[in-house]
Amino acid sequence: MGYGAYVVKRVLLIVPILFGVSVISFGALHLLPGGPVEAAFGTRANPELVAQLREQYGLNRPLYVQYLDWVTDIVFHLDFGQSIRTERDITELLATSLPVTIWLATGGALVSVVVGIPAGIVSAVHHYEPADYVATFLAFLGLSIPNFFLGLVLILVFSLYVGLFPSSGFVSPLEDPVAGLRHLFLPSVTVGTAISAVVMRMMRSSLLEVFSEEYIRTARAKGLTRALVTNKHAVKNALIPTVTVVGLNFGYLLGGVVIVEQIFAIPGLGRLTLTAITTREYRVLQASLLVIAFLFAVVNLATDLVYAYLDPRIKYD
Amino acid sequence: MTESDTESAAAAGTGGDRPLPGAAAMATARRVFAESRLATLGLLITATVIVVAIFAPVIAPYDPTAQNIAEKQLLAPSLEHPMGTDQLGRDIFSRVLYGAQLSLEVGIIAVGVAIAAGVPLGLAAGFYRGYTDELVMRGMDVVFSFPAILLAIAMVAILGQSMVNVMLAIGITYTPVFARVTRSGVLSVREETFVDAARAIGDTNRSIILRDILPNVVAPIIVQATVSLAFAILAESALSFLGLGTPPPAPSWGRMLSDSRNFLQTAPWTALFPGLAIMITILGFNFLGDGLRDTLDPHDDTETGGSI
Repeated sequence: MGYGAYVVKRVLLIVPILFGVSVISFGALHLLPGGPVEAAFGTRANPELVAQLREQYGLNRPLYVQYLDWVTDIVFHLDFGQSIRTERDITELLATSLPVTIWLATGGALVSVVVGIPAGIVSAVHHYEPADYVATFLAFLGLSIPNFFLGLVLILVFSLYVGLFPSSGFVSPLEDPVAGLRHLFLPSVTVGTAISAVVMRMMRSSLLEVFSEEYIRTARAKGLTRALVTNKHAVKNALIPTVTVVGLNFGYLLGGVVIVEQIFAIPGLGRLTLTAITTREYRVLQASLLVIAFLFAVVNLATDLVYAYLDPRIKYD
Repeated sequence: MTESDTESAAAAGTGGDRPLPGAAAMATARRVFAESRLATLGLLITATVIVVAIFAPVIAPYDPTAQNIAEKQLLAPSLEHPMGTDQLGRDIFSRVLYGAQLSLEVGIIAVGVAIAAGVPLGLAAGFYRGYTDELVMRGMDVVFSFPAILLAIAMVAILGQSMVNVMLAIGITYTPVFARVTRSGVLSVREETFVDAARAIGDTNRSIILRDILPNVVAPIIVQATVSLAFAILAESALSFLGLGTPPPAPSWGRMLSDSRNFLQTAPWTALFPGLAIMITILGFNFLGDGLRDTLDPHDDTETGGSI
C-alpha cells in the first residue's frame, strides 16, 4: 500500500470512531434519571414547565430521531443547540473557549519540547554518567508529580511569594502579548512538565540508538568532534520519533488542560466542561465532550500520518 | 539490552512451552529485583505505602475525621501534629496515612475492574480474530478517543458521585489498555507450536485460551497493572481535587489538596504533605513498573504512564 492509500484508509477509519464518540456523548445526556430537563432544574421543578421544555426541545421524540437531529445540526450547520438552563448558544460558548484551550495546549507542548529535548540530548551524550542519572531522576519526578499539585506549588512560589506571574485568568496573547504570555506561563509549565519527561526519555533513547549507527562512527572516525557529530548529524535523526511522542501525548495534554484550567481559572474547554457538570447543563457537557474527543482523534491521526511520512520503515497496515 | 536479558525475557514471557509454575515465577521475580535497582527502589516505596495503608489505624495518632475548629484550626507542623492541622482542625498526618488506604483501595479495585473487563476482551479479540477482533478493538478505540481523565469525569458526573462509581469510572477508562496489551500478547502466542499441539490433541478453545495462552501473556499484563495503578491513584486524586471523587469526610489526598487552595499562602503545609504523598506513591509505582518492564518485557517500548 502506498502512502496515499494509507492516508485515505486512516481518514476513513476515523469515521466509525467519531460515530462511536458521538453516540457516547449523546447517550450520556439521556442516561440521566429523569432526563436533561429534570437534571437542569431539579426534581421539584414545576411539572408544567418541564413538560413545556420537553416539548420545546423535542425531547419527547424517539431517541434516534433526537440523535440524528443533533448530529445533522452539528455536521451541516455547525449548530450545537442551546443550553436548556441559560438558553445560551452552545456553539458560541465553544467558539470562545476552544482557542483558549488551544493556546494552553500549545504552551504545554512548547514547554515539553524546550525542556525535554535539551535534557534528552545531555542525558544521551553523557549516558551512564551523573548528568544522565540526574536528568532521568528528574524525568521520573516530572512524570510522578500530579499537575494539580505542581500547579499549586508554582502558584505558591511564583505568584504568592515572588509575585512574578499572575495566579489566575487568561488574556489572549494576540490582544496583549506581554500580559498574555505572563498569564500563560505557569499553566503551560504545569501542563507541559509530565510530557517534557516523556519527551526527554524518548529523545535520550532515540539519540542513543542513532549514536550506534555506522554513519556516526564514520563521522567520528573522520575526526569530527563529538559535539559537532551530535549537533549536525545525530540530533536531526533522533528528532523524528521524539516529535511524534509530543503529538501522541496530546491526549494527556488535553486531559491535563481540564485540570489546569480549573486551578488557574482559565476559561477554556476544560472549565466549560466542569462548569457544565456542576451546573448540570448536560447539553453543554455533551457538546464539549464531543469537541474534545474530535480534537483528540484528529491530532492523533495527524501525528500518525506525519510519522508514517517521515519514517520510511513504517509498514502501512 | 544484554543477551541474557533477551533469553530470560523469552523464558518469562512468550517463549516458554507450558504455563509458568510458581517456582519459576519466584525465580523471575528474584531476577527482576537483582537486575534492576529501579524496580527495587520502586518495590521499597510501594511496600512502604502498602504497610502504611494497612497499619494506618495503628500508626495514626488521631482520628482522621475528628474536628476541633476552636482550638486546632490550621496549626503549623509541630511535635504534636507533625504535618500540622487543616481548616477543620484535623490532624494532617493521620489524614495522609488514612489517605494511603483510600488511594490504594480505589486504585487496586479500579485496576481490577480494568483487568476483569480488558483481559477477556483482549483474549477473545486476539484468539478469534476476524469480526470479533474488529468489533472489540474498534470499540476500545472509541473509549480511547477521550482523554482518560475527561472520560472518568464525565462518567462520575453521570453515574453520580460515590466511591464505587469512582472505581468503576477509572476502571472502564483503563479497560482498552488491558485489551490491547492482552491482544498483542495473544497474537504472538497463538502461532506457537504448543498451541497447535493442544489443538491436535483436541483441546477446546476455552481450554487452550485459559491453559496455554493466558499464562503466557501474564507478564505484560502484570507490567501494565503496575503502571496503571499509578494512573488510577492519580486519577482518583484528580477527581477528588475537582470535587468529583470519593465524597467527604473520607481523607482523600486529592480533596485535601483542593481544600488547601484557600489557605495556600497562610498554611502551605495543608497542600505540601498530601501532594508529596501522592507524588511519592506514583513515583514508587512508576519505578516498579519501569523496572518490571525492562526485565520482563524488553520488546515493549511504550512509555511509562504520565500525568493526566
